[in-house]
Amino acid sequence: MQAITTTKTATALHISGAEAIIRCLLAEGADTIFGYPGGAIMPVYDALYDFREELHHVLTRHEQGAVHMAQGYARASNRVGVCLATSGPGAANLITGIADAQIDSTPIVCITGQVARHLLGTDAFQETDVMGISMPVTKWNFQVTTAEEIPEAIAKAFYLARSGRPGPVLVDITKNAQVEKFDFAYTPCTNVRSYVAKPKIDPEAIASAAAAINEAERPLVIFGQGVTLAAAEEELKQFVEKGNLPAIGTLLGHSALPTDHTHYAGMPGMHGTYAANKLTNECDVLIAIGMRFDDRVTGNLEYYAKQAKVIHLELDPAEIDKNVVADIPVLGDCKESMACIAPLLHPRPRKPWFGKFKELDQMEEEKVRQGELHPTEGALTMGEVIDKMNQVTQGNAVIVTDVGQHQMVAWRYGDFKLDKSHITSGGLGTMGFALPAAIGAKLGAEDRQVIAVIGDGGFQMTLQELGTIMQTKVPVKILILNNEFLGMVRQWQQLFFDKRYSSTEMDNPDFVTIAKGYGIEGQRVTERDKLPEALQTFLSHPDAYLLEVAVGKENNVFPMVPTGASVSDVRLE
Amino acid sequence: MKEQFTILVYTENKVGLLQRVVSTFSRRKINIESLNTSESGVPGIFRFTIVVESQEEWVRKTVKNIERQVEVHKAYYFRDEDLVYQEIALYKVPTKVLAANGQAEELVRRHHARVLGVEEDFTILEKTGHEIETEALYKALQPFGLLDFVRSGRVAITRPKRDWQEYVESMEWELQQQ
Repeated sequence: MQAITTTKTATALHISGAEAIIRCLLAEGADTIFGYPGGAIMPVYDALYDFREELHHVLTRHEQGAVHMAQGYARASNRVGVCLATSGPGAANLITGIADAQIDSTPIVCITGQVARHLLGTDAFQETDVMGISMPVTKWNFQVTTAEEIPEAIAKAFYLARSGRPGPVLVDITKNAQVEKFDFAYTPCTNVRSYVAKPKIDPEAIASAAAAINEAERPLVIFGQGVTLAAAEEELKQFVEKGNLPAIGTLLGHSALPTDHTHYAGMPGMHGTYAANKLTNECDVLIAIGMRFDDRVTGNLEYYAKQAKVIHLELDPAEIDKNVVADIPVLGDCKESMACIAPLLHPRPRKPWFGKFKELDQMEEEKVRQGELHPTEGALTMGEVIDKMNQVTQGNAVIVTDVGQHQMVAWRYGDFKLDKSHITSGGLGTMGFALPAAIGAKLGAEDRQVIAVIGDGGFQMTLQELGTIMQTKVPVKILILNNEFLGMVRQWQQLFFDKRYSSTEMDNPDFVTIAKGYGIEGQRVTERDKLPEALQTFLSHPDAYLLEVAVGKENNVFPMVPTGASVSDVRLE
Repeated sequence: MKEQFTILVYTENKVGLLQRVVSTFSRRKINIESLNTSESGVPGIFRFTIVVESQEEWVRKTVKNIERQVEVHKAYYFRDEDLVYQEIALYKVPTKVLAANGQAEELVRRHHARVLGVEEDFTILEKTGHEIETEALYKALQPFGLLDFVRSGRVAITRPKRDWQEYVESMEWELQQQ
């Protein structure tokens, strides 16, 4: 193999590999990192001790917590998240989060310790083949076995994590490389010759896309997280306004366009809005921006937008024609391509088309939203909790959700006025994501209110991170919507498995008492009239706070596109 | 419909890259019929020749996923008619059978095989050709007590000038600029 080498300069420092790692992180602008020490990473932790003023290390309670925090940090700040773990079990515990970051294109750099080079492949204590394990779930990974390789490997890691379609990278560093001394100098990476970060945009594709949109009677924009990752929220706004185009946002794309924007027209997919699903199969031009036509968005592909001319603005060539064939593929950074197309658009009134959204929305309002958001009797609903919370946050909070019914409800009913405000585990659907990701998000966006919305199941997957909140004093808000069930699985069991509730009912502990044990204040609400005040206390408290709300045990999330069905068959009940 | 495709992949020479390339097939449960890798005509760039049987749509998507890997320069797929391809096979036959039997010698001649080495106990034959030809000699030699048989898997060259050459030329131009 080719060894990575670094250029020595006259100003080089003679330092250990461990110290070099810290200096590389600082050179890349890292201010906060998340990790957990152990044998094979101890030299790095020792070096960190000398840099504790410059580099804030957050001690988590589990490596999975560290990687989800790095993800939350990255998603809230659009910067690279960094986590640190030891070899063997430490590195293996990162894998779920790395897989999550891979499928959701989150830029993170994971640094793992490894046994000394001479012990590689010997089944040494806490040795595992981290390169092999992480390979399918990383954008890039690299094993460093000498100190000299460190600067270039870390420079390349940051460059690859953040450039192009972002993703997780892992650098595995043997203990001897951390201890060895060498002449250190750092040069950021700006290019990898086999890698195209930004494909050049084809002007013909731009012209064809603009012409198709201008001809459209019933255009529909469907935007995804590519908009957020490209920091193209402003371009999206101008694009939909200039062309007068209704726009629907995927789960991951949500908050790239404010939910109160005039052209915002709902959300597609399994639990998306009625209008967005129905009208996807009635539009004449579908303009997909920075999204990948996930199966949860499209339902049955055989019946998905077959009538429409599809324009796909996408950075990753592998996504073009993967699930939905694009009539006009526009390969490139959507920030640039939207900016190129927008000036060519001629706005048309399209009143009947916009009217259809309103008409179908009214049906959803009557059949779903009224009951979910404004019930007057019976148990509390998840929807009304989110709706009441909007009144306090005014749509200005970052909402980090876990996976399940509460996730769909927070997405559907949360108000989002600012970008990078909706953070969730989309592609992988990782329960346990929200609590640590919210801690990371708060540290990545300290001036924002950050609320973790979690189900009773997911909370118990990573609740040990309450310890991180206690020690680091992160003022993150935790809203548990407790239905004493694994609600989404139960919903499926009810609808598709004859109500056979196999292993979905949960006997839960007293969450408020658990929080108290960690020095976190909290309360439990079971009655409707107590909710507004509890939410006020929850969100105005200066520190972290846990609010548990007991919600209806067997409530369902609607609308719903059943698995294998067409988006046209979206059900309201 | 399953068809045979040959995939050419041009990569940096890095540890673990073979695993990254191979796992894109295993992830889609595509079995690899043969895989050959060695340095390409461009120093430092490796070339994989991979033969699979699968549906074209899956192959097309797999090839895009291979090309997505950071250290992969380019990946292409071809049907047999777009390629000139060859494989090499070696056969180990008992020498006494070859010596005693004119039929065996006739076989060697008819199949245009070469004798690479003769030992007291065995003789090594070599045959280059398409899989069907190396297979035919294998079957023909079997009655003579074939001791061992190995084939290299396919190596292939594309018929027309492809993107790859243009890509290399532009890359070399870019490298000169730096």
